[in-house]
Amino acid sequence: MSATTSATTPDLAEPDRADRQDRASGAPRRMIHPLWVRLQHWINAVAMIVMIMSGWRIYNASPLFGFSFPNAITMGGWLGGALLWHFAAMWVLAINGLIYLILGILTGRFRRKLLPISASGVIGDARAALTGRLAHDDLSKYNQVQKLLYTGVILAGIIVVLSGASIWKPVQFQWLTAVFGGYDIARYVHFAAMAAIVGFLVVHVLLAVLVPKSLRAMIVGK
Amino acid sequence: MRRIRSLLIPGVDTKLLVRDATRLMPDLTRRRFIAGGASLGALTMLTGCDVVDSDAAEDVLKHVSKFNDAVQAAIFNPNTLAPTYPESAVTRPFPFNAYYSLDEAPDIDGDDYRFEVSGLVENKKAWTLAELYALPQVKQVTRHICVEGWSAIGSWTGTPLHHFLKLIGADTSAKYCWFRCAEGYTSPIDMPTALHPQTQMTFRFADEILPRAYGYPMKIRIPTKLGFKNPKYVVAMEITNDYMGGYWEDQGYNSFSGS
Repeated sequence: MSATTSATTPDLAEPDRADRQDRASGAPRRMIHPLWVRLQHWINAVAMIVMIMSGWRIYNASPLFGFSFPNAITMGGWLGGALLWHFAAMWVLAINGLIYLILGILTGRFRRKLLPISASGVIGDARAALTGRLAHDDLSKYNQVQKLLYTGVILAGIIVVLSGASIWKPVQFQWLTAVFGGYDIARYVHFAAMAAIVGFLVVHVLLAVLVPKSLRAMIVGK
Repeated sequence: MRRIRSLLIPGVDTKLLVRDATRLMPDLTRRRFIAGGASLGALTMLTGCDVVDSDAAEDVLKHVSKFNDAVQAAIFNPNTLAPTYPESAVTRPFPFNAYYSLDEAPDIDGDDYRFEVSGLVENKKAWTLAELYALPQVKQVTRHICVEGWSAIGSWTGTPLHHFLKLIGADTSAKYCWFRCAEGYTSPIDMPTALHPQTQMTFRFADEILPRAYGYPMKIRIPTKLGFKNPKYVVAMEITNDYMGGYWEDQGYNSFSGS
């Protein structure tokens, strides 16, 4: 990842304001993702991949459904190794995620970028996207489908961490385990949240590759 | 209970169960069992270096696991009890689970059995089964959670370990109760967990003398720990300040493994 623009841009400043300043000074590009977002995005990407791949190996030790994940796409080599990876990367995922939530709320980024979401807006934008009429020219503004998916994956991230904690500590955190319907059901919740995140990832990575300059924006910021 | 899944179901081929079990075992011929065998194309691409196929990765993971031991010891509340269930909730049949088949499980003669006590204790006498059975017993119906993820509810009756530790004059300021089993299985238990009110020297399952499958004549039942930290066929206990390792702990399972 690159931090080359960090010296010249106010990272925690609101992009809208940075945007106006840039236009006033005639700057050619405006900041879409401040440095903290980019850093946290890529830390999260690595932690998520480790958690998902090691989690699949852990799943294979006692599958919930009638299938296992091919060992070739899992991580850890065996159950014990997968558990070591999972319980190491969980700290990175949870701490990075917590900081992201705090900054997202405090800087107003969540409110500005993700709200409001309306059912009619989502349906309209989804229809436009599927018929190839949805504009992606302004990367700093999320359409209604993006807002829904980004908000959804943040919620899935919160649920995956909390349900994970509940099956890690079903005695010490038994109130949390009870919230998820008890130990056995919490395992299904954990799996479902993972599946939602993987589903998001497929769409997210595909579009990041297809939509011009979107990957660049998450690397250099604009 | 321990590791490899093989349910005690009548008519199931035990040979096939063992074959299933060995699939879950680490490849002992490989030096790096923790990191080895992982396919990490994506991660390698993202980070630009092969983080997995290195001793450094395994070293870091082991350190994090030690850190996680400390975190779990801090989270552990000696007054928090594991949830209990009605007798009707007991899982039947309760799974048999080990790294060997039931045929290969220790077959102990109760008359010859002795429970040896050593280390930081005042009274190091060995205990016969009759002497152990004479100790006060309580019943618990709690959830057994395996490191593999599955869980089952069981009914266990026996003597609280803290009662026995007091009886033999154990130094409860020591760090560990280290257990050794008839087949050579070992596991260390931290002292705060050993003193937990629900940690039990178990002699009965579902009101019957503990069957061979569940650890006859004695199992250590610890509902605040994963199953592999609940040793069966226990023949010896040492009170010690040294970390003496354990069968699965030495292979990479987190040593505290608290629930």
